[in-house]
Amino acid sequence: MTEETPAPEGGTASDWGFETRMIHAGAGPDPVSGSRQIPIHQTSAYAFHDVDHAASLFNLQTFGFIYSRLGNPTVASLEQRIASLEGGCGATCAASGHAAQVLAFFPLIEAGERFAASNKLYGGSVTQFSRTFPKFDWHCDFVDTEDLSAVEAVLAQGAKALFVESLANPGGVVTDLETLAGLTRAAGALLIVDNTLATPWLCRPFEWGADLIVHSATKFLSGNGTVIGGAVVDSGRFDWSASGRFPGLSEPEPAYHGLKFSETFGELAFTVHSHAVGLRDLGASMAPMNAFLTLLGTETLALRMERHCRNALAVAEWLTEHPKVQWVSYAGLPTSPYRELAEKYLPNGAGAVFTFGVRGGYEAGVRVVEKCELFSHLANIGDARSLIIHPASTTHRQLTDEQRAAAGAGPEVVRLSIGLETVDDLVRDLDNALAAA
Amino acid sequence: MACGLRYSDVLIAGILRRVRTIAMVGASPNWKRPSNFAMKYLQEKGYRVIPVNPRAAAAGASILGERARASLAEVPAPVEMVDVFRGSDAALEITREAIRLRVEKGFEVVWMQLGVRNDEAAAEAEAAGLTVIMNRCPKIEYGRLWGELGWGGFDRGVISSRWPRPVKRDERAG
Ligand SMILES: Cc1ncc(COP(=O)(O)O)c(C=O)c1O
Repeated sequence: MTEETPAPEGGTASDWGFETRMIHAGAGPDPVSGSRQIPIHQTSAYAFHDVDHAASLFNLQTFGFIYSRLGNPTVASLEQRIASLEGGCGATCAASGHAAQVLAFFPLIEAGERFAASNKLYGGSVTQFSRTFPKFDWHCDFVDTEDLSAVEAVLAQGAKALFVESLANPGGVVTDLETLAGLTRAAGALLIVDNTLATPWLCRPFEWGADLIVHSATKFLSGNGTVIGGAVVDSGRFDWSASGRFPGLSEPEPAYHGLKFSETFGELAFTVHSHAVGLRDLGASMAPMNAFLTLLGTETLALRMERHCRNALAVAEWLTEHPKVQWVSYAGLPTSPYRELAEKYLPNGAGAVFTFGVRGGYEAGVRVVEKCELFSHLANIGDARSLIIHPASTTHRQLTDEQRAAAGAGPEVVRLSIGLETVDDLVRDLDNALAAA
Repeated sequence: MACGLRYSDVLIAGILRRVRTIAMVGASPNWKRPSNFAMKYLQEKGYRVIPVNPRAAAAGASILGERARASLAEVPAPVEMVDVFRGSDAALEITREAIRLRVEKGFEVVWMQLGVRNDEAAAEAEAAGLTVIMNRCPKIEYGRLWGELGWGGFDRGVISSRWPRPVKRDERAG
């Protein structure tokens, strides 16, 4: 029986260091071939031993693979690794960060129900929550999460979850996770944290009381601008049965013969549900090749984030001295209003994505972006390459002026995602572009 | 992990390796109940699981091919592990019965399911020389330690770079 598998000689998850888990979590040698790197399981479906085995799988009575929309071994390796790095119980990968956000809310919010979200979010998330979610009859109230009484009020009005970014895109805003977790816990709601910009190397929201974490794996987790992907990670700590507010997880599921996920799977319930119901019906599954590329990225996460942060701080410091620069919003600067929060939540560095204001407004912002030679002008972040964009004309274009201002994406704002190049070259490129602006 | 209870992987793996037969107190004949899920999974992994369920026993019912027994006293020896699939309150009485029958049945382990914890029962069982695990599911622990749980996207907390040798024919037969 068990002799076929290795003796688990290690201790438990928390006994291994972060860097060790970056490389080894979810990734032992392939049991059949000994292949040391994780095989890319490029398959749509999986053979059953016999009819009884198939029935057990379809009934969720045993662990295993049926069809790659619901789960795939390469993708599962990445899920284990992300769960381990975040200190979570389990993870579900998705086709994109946005798909992961749908997957996160799917078991939680019934038609006609509400959740709350910070008004300082990636523009795409604001659009997803305010334009597309209402078509599912899911409703989002945006709130300034620095105004705690406003947060309490929106939770008291029935918001079932609060969605925030630990380090907000586009610019330099750090969220007070521990305080907000206290408010959501008191209100019987969930705290969902988008940890894309920070990555678990810089911030681990579960340590501050978050219930779920979402990622766009498109960014720093993969790290080379190769992949569109996402993940939702469950802490395993929310008691769905005791709460009674989340019937999707605590009440009988008709498609599984009346099985109750929280009763049957305990702390695994959310992640089992995300695969067996969420991915099954929403279908936004991650491709195995994308999982493989993201696994490669995570192997060097700490090294890359260290350099990303060091380069970002140097560029931010240089920009603060530049005469054409009005302001720099980087939480790692001593002048940042978020400095204290950054020291608490991001002790290893304040990330690599931040904004600055160019003198001369919209036109000047556009010119800086267009004059760069080394910085790539594109709508992404978290690449080994340095990236630049003018949010008001691109990522945050679909928002109203008011939403743009709240999100820190006014007309003069330029967003940088600092890469891993020689930092002097980055400074020179920006210097030339600012001179031409 | 759960409720401040911490068990080393070596302890759990040792139990799951050593045990051959499990008396599952509270095993349900309803295939949608968690106990039935766990019983079926453990059977697939090669354990004999004997259901203890007075109502099913009174009806002369079998659960997953095993005749239900009314109490631990009726379970045929040897049984190395008692798996308590009942509420925390019921765990004390079940554990005391397990202690009483320890030598006769060969019980070595009292295992209380996920969500089940009774510190008084645990103290008495340990004093009687039984190993106690609380608030864990043997199915989940088996899947966690030997890989299958990872297929569902769960952090197993297990890291190993060794490639295990396949089992030889005579080992399999033994
Ligand atoms: C903070 C944040 N969350 C979510 C997303 C959405 O991720 P994806 O583009 O992978 O769907 C992005 C993408 O820019 C992002 O920056």
